[in-house]
Amino acid sequence: MSSDPTPLKPGNPKPWNDPRVRSVAFQLIAIAAVAWIGYSLFQNTISNMESRGIRTGFGFLNETAGFGIIMSLINYNETMTYGRTFLVGLTNTLLVSGLGILFATIVGFIVGIARLSTNWLVAKLALAYIEVFRNVPLLLQIFFWYFAVLGTLPGPRQALDVGGVAFLSNRGIIIPKPVFEAGAGWIGIALIVALIVSLVIVTWARRRQAATGQIFPAFPVASALILGLPALAYLVMGRPVGWDIPTMGGFNFSGGITAIPELGALLLALTIYTATFIAEIVRSGIVSVSSGQTEAALALGLPPRRVLRLVVIPQALRVIIPPLTSQYLNLTKNSSLAVAIGYPDLVNVFMGTSLNQTGQAVEIVAMTMAVYLAISLSISLLMNIYNRAVALKER
Amino acid sequence: MATHQPLPNQPAPVTQRGVIRWLRANLFSSWINGLVTLVVGYYLLTMLIPLIDWAFIGAVFTGDGVDACRPGKACWIFVEERFGFFMYGFYPEALRWRPTLAFALFALAVVPPFLPLPGRLRRSVAIFGLTGLPVGGYILIAGGVFGLESVDTSQWGGLMLTLILAYVGIIAALPIGVALALGRRSEMPVIRGICVIFIEFWRAVPLITILFMASVMLPLFLPEGVTFDKLMRALIGITLFQAAYMAEVVRGGLQAIPKGQYEAAEALGLGYWRRMRLIILPQALKIVVPGIANTVISLFKDTTLVLIIGLFDLLGAVKSTLSDPAWNNVMAEGYLFVAFCFWVFCFGMSRYSHRIEKQLDTDHRQ
Repeated sequence: MSSDPTPLKPGNPKPWNDPRVRSVAFQLIAIAAVAWIGYSLFQNTISNMESRGIRTGFGFLNETAGFGIIMSLINYNETMTYGRTFLVGLTNTLLVSGLGILFATIVGFIVGIARLSTNWLVAKLALAYIEVFRNVPLLLQIFFWYFAVLGTLPGPRQALDVGGVAFLSNRGIIIPKPVFEAGAGWIGIALIVALIVSLVIVTWARRRQAATGQIFPAFPVASALILGLPALAYLVMGRPVGWDIPTMGGFNFSGGITAIPELGALLLALTIYTATFIAEIVRSGIVSVSSGQTEAALALGLPPRRVLRLVVIPQALRVIIPPLTSQYLNLTKNSSLAVAIGYPDLVNVFMGTSLNQTGQAVEIVAMTMAVYLAISLSISLLMNIYNRAVALKER
Repeated sequence: MATHQPLPNQPAPVTQRGVIRWLRANLFSSWINGLVTLVVGYYLLTMLIPLIDWAFIGAVFTGDGVDACRPGKACWIFVEERFGFFMYGFYPEALRWRPTLAFALFALAVVPPFLPLPGRLRRSVAIFGLTGLPVGGYILIAGGVFGLESVDTSQWGGLMLTLILAYVGIIAALPIGVALALGRRSEMPVIRGICVIFIEFWRAVPLITILFMASVMLPLFLPEGVTFDKLMRALIGITLFQAAYMAEVVRGGLQAIPKGQYEAAEALGLGYWRRMRLIILPQALKIVVPGIANTVISLFKDTTLVLIIGLFDLLGAVKSTLSDPAWNNVMAEGYLFVAFCFWVFCFGMSRYSHRIEKQLDTDHRQ
């Protein structure tokens, strides 16, 4: 009863059915397609630029820019080069992002914790804040603060007086400026010494606790050092820091540090908007630590403060930090909306004015994008290192 | 024999029931909590009452021009007077029924998840929303065929433009994003590399630089004679930008599918595309509905950026009205009006996505 005359024989698949051959073929096609697109874009760009008479190369960076910038952290005037305008824009972007990150983190953590409050009113208030500001476009918030709030402040002559030292007007916020006299350097040195000593004490205390179980009050000692040592230096050197308090003269204030309203509006909007996202991240991070952890820590006899510091916060941070970093990146990228109200950030100064004057779109756009790319990639890199360090070590 | 007669149940003490119990538990659980409640409540009231008075009670809603406004109170007259401009931009008034009809169709495509419809009808409505509606909507709004008068894109504006940007951006970004996510998970190193570079590049740069690039550099990239109008350029930039974010969201879903599903699909003898289409993507996309909704909401808010390259979306329309000297003292009202519009849409979308999420949730979890 033998049926089936043809036994099954494993044979080689046809080349076009072989997954390996297909994979190589697809990849070759992909490379060819990308190369062709890149080549044709390059050719089009070159011929378009020639026909429009646009120069190429980075020579323009050494030419005189010839336009003023309303605010710069480094020395700048119209006679300086386009390369300098790039640096001015870059430092202004970093300034507003850095301050924004600082304030947004503070507000975000407060609101995130308030959201978990047992007090109904506080929790609902935090929720309302989050739902209102998260769902309104950032650009609109910037406009609102800039035109509808800061723009309607009185002029310098009727400036709002904050304690006689700071003034709020439609020209911005003016705060006293510290003036460092001879000997002020010692305060800085004292601060650095205090920081180093504190670091040594904390490390030593941790080691001693691991070895002997005895606890050394490292935190109060370190705080006393960091606050006390510079204060001591300040007194010993005969109070070498004075304050330059702004005074009204003519039509505007003289002295002090002026924060232009553009900066204020941008900072307010970035802080309020990003803080809503940070608050949600903080809340979900804290909620993610299961209550069993807290109960177990309390059962071990740890006082509540230590439960928070040693058990809850380290585990919550593992959940909080990665999305928090991406919010920081978002804030940095969103700071480019400065262009809408004229805060002189990188996009406004370099991609706006400099591009309009030189017409070298390709180089300028590439440089601007490279800056954001560099910031973004370096932060992602740090993030990955951190993630690897705190990830659950599963065995 | 005396039978035991239990006393009737006493009502709970007055402090342990009703409003008082709730107040005690939620607002005055400890003396410090009570203090916080009083302080926060006091400041809330002192801020809210004048605000409500300014915005509603004392405000002027209808009237004739700016002169009807009261000083120190909100003036909402301009919303009524410029309503057509805010909604449609410079779109010719006689033809405004066309975008209105398109948005009515859009509403029809969006509503079904809330209605108890048979699955087949619901599915065909969803397919219409993704394919027929963009084409039909374009024909209706742009015109130029079937005897409809052609309307140039430079006349489009207001809320209409905002919705078009968001809708087209999302419809176009979703398939590109899925393709990029699949590419990033591919076993072919070249494909993976291309996708990773593409995604990371678009995610690293701010949208505003992309819009600048689209409006300044795109004409340089294209061969001579090929030109796009401003709206098209913005749409290309927004779509590519959003596709990169969408790709990362979808990748999260792909990674969440257990390996067994991939292997089982392979064991069934399905080819790559059928594996993805029939087994993996339906599960992955279902997981990432909240992520997609978040992307859609952020895209909707980001569409306001087009005003920087000179398009008149809702924010741009209101802003240009406010720079009109006749209306320059209603600054706060103007921005609050736009904020309210955006808030309604964004909040609605997040509720909508919760609804869809629940509907798609076929998991048998306890």
